[in-house]
Amino acid sequence: MKTKSNIERILESGGFVVTSECGPPRGADPEVIRKKGNLLKGVVDAVNVTDNQTSVVRMSSLSACVILKEMGFDPILQMVCRDRNRIAIQSDILGAAALGINNILCLSGDHQKFGDHPKAKNVFDIDSIQLIQTVRGMREEGRFLGGEEVKGKPVLFIGAAENPFADPFEIRAMRLGKKAKAGVEFLQTQCIYNMARFEKWMEMVRERGLHEKVGILAGVTPFKSVGMARYMKNSVPGMDVPDELIERMKGVPKEKQPEEGIKICVETIQKLKEIPGVRGIHVMAIEWEEKVGEIAKAAGLLPRPVFNA
Amino acid sequence: MIVANRKSLEEILNMLKPYKKVLLLGCNECVTVCATGGEREVGVLASELKLSRSKDGQEIEIKEHTLERQCDHEYIDKVKEFVGDYEAILSMACGAGIQYVAEKYRTKPVLPVVNTTFLGVTIEQGVWSERCQGCGACILDQTGGVCPIARCAKSLLNGPCGGSSNGKCEVDKEIDCGWQLIVDRLKELGQLDRYEEIIPVKDWTTSRDGGPRKRIREDLKL
Repeated sequence: MKTKSNIERILESGGFVVTSECGPPRGADPEVIRKKGNLLKGVVDAVNVTDNQTSVVRMSSLSACVILKEMGFDPILQMVCRDRNRIAIQSDILGAAALGINNILCLSGDHQKFGDHPKAKNVFDIDSIQLIQTVRGMREEGRFLGGEEVKGKPVLFIGAAENPFADPFEIRAMRLGKKAKAGVEFLQTQCIYNMARFEKWMEMVRERGLHEKVGILAGVTPFKSVGMARYMKNSVPGMDVPDELIERMKGVPKEKQPEEGIKICVETIQKLKEIPGVRGIHVMAIEWEEKVGEIAKAAGLLPRPVFNA
Repeated sequence: MIVANRKSLEEILNMLKPYKKVLLLGCNECVTVCATGGEREVGVLASELKLSRSKDGQEIEIKEHTLERQCDHEYIDKVKEFVGDYEAILSMACGAGIQYVAEKYRTKPVLPVVNTTFLGVTIEQGVWSERCQGCGACILDQTGGVCPIARCAKSLLNGPCGGSSNGKCEVDKEIDCGWQLIVDRLKELGQLDRYEEIIPVKDWTTSRDGGPRKRIREDLKL
């Protein structure tokens, strides 16, 4: 064990990981986080805390991580390269480790165009793969990017995201290979709806032996309605929603659609569990955290292992 | 070339409010090629301004003049004789030219009438596209001759991000994904294996981040 991460512990023991996410509020009220946290108690091994997702200003990921940590969770600090240069990034890595955070998810970050401050200047001093290298270097070699010694290494388990549905498809497994080379240890994928394409991607990943180097957690998001399914298909960049899922959602009356969305999600998880190399599930129930427990239970993912901190 | 766009007539008229007699300076270099601030555009703008001002009963005298370049002393000097006759100078050159004219004629207000936008190429008649951000440390040999800094909306050195879809960027469906272009070109070169090399963290000191840049060639100095 290199870290105190629950994800690492479960991967090491050959278990199946369950993670979910918690989006911080657009305000300073810590109760919003605690409320969301309460909905996830006992149903996940670790919780992602998003970093100003879709470029909308929210409570900082690190602050929300600390609130969840106090509740007994093992938070995953999401960190994007859009808003911080290498000085701020390394400083936040040290701060997170000092506050007892065990996991970091290294991301490029959505473009600011999509958020509430589209006129902002972006940073992108380093990219997500270089961010992985940065954390790795600080933890393993005890060196900052500038070469100076880190006094008190930040012990973080290193994660990243990958979108098997983005283009060009042919380099998507190679790209995971680059992340593995940079030092990534776990990976969460974009929401999976197109199972055929995901299976093809996993095949390419296995051909390269990457599933043995990186703990791959397959991402799912339940549809609340046919409207949401259409929105995901048409308006969210890099999302691949097959027409038959839209048809299936459309085929049930409006009041039954949430139920159908959950059913699709559970069926997806059951299929994903059978794919060689999938080591866990990442449930992104967007503003629908109360359903994560139900999904996990129906998909046979409960109970979760209990660890002493 | 340096590509620029002319400001709106309204914005120019607003800057011009305090003046009745101005010198409008075009430039024969990049801004002529991108049809923004050459002799022709100087003529068009002067007519538009005079027409607008006379409609408002605020006649204006405009002296039209186009210099070979506004980024060299010797050409800027050519208006020395008559620049004193005008209250202000309107420059149609890029930001470099505008500033150099201002440096030279220190007591004359110099007003920018174009917005300087990028270093780019002509795609077709009337269409220009960005290619370079002048970072001062070129890596085009590693990226199939396509610049990730200028052509990826996030300047990712190890892209593409998860927003690349059907060859287009998540920011705008009209923008090509720079990393799709890189992958395509690497394939054409038979170098797709180069994609697997991690491009290290960049040293931005050669870029704007290192402060205003200057280049000295001792061998050329007189």
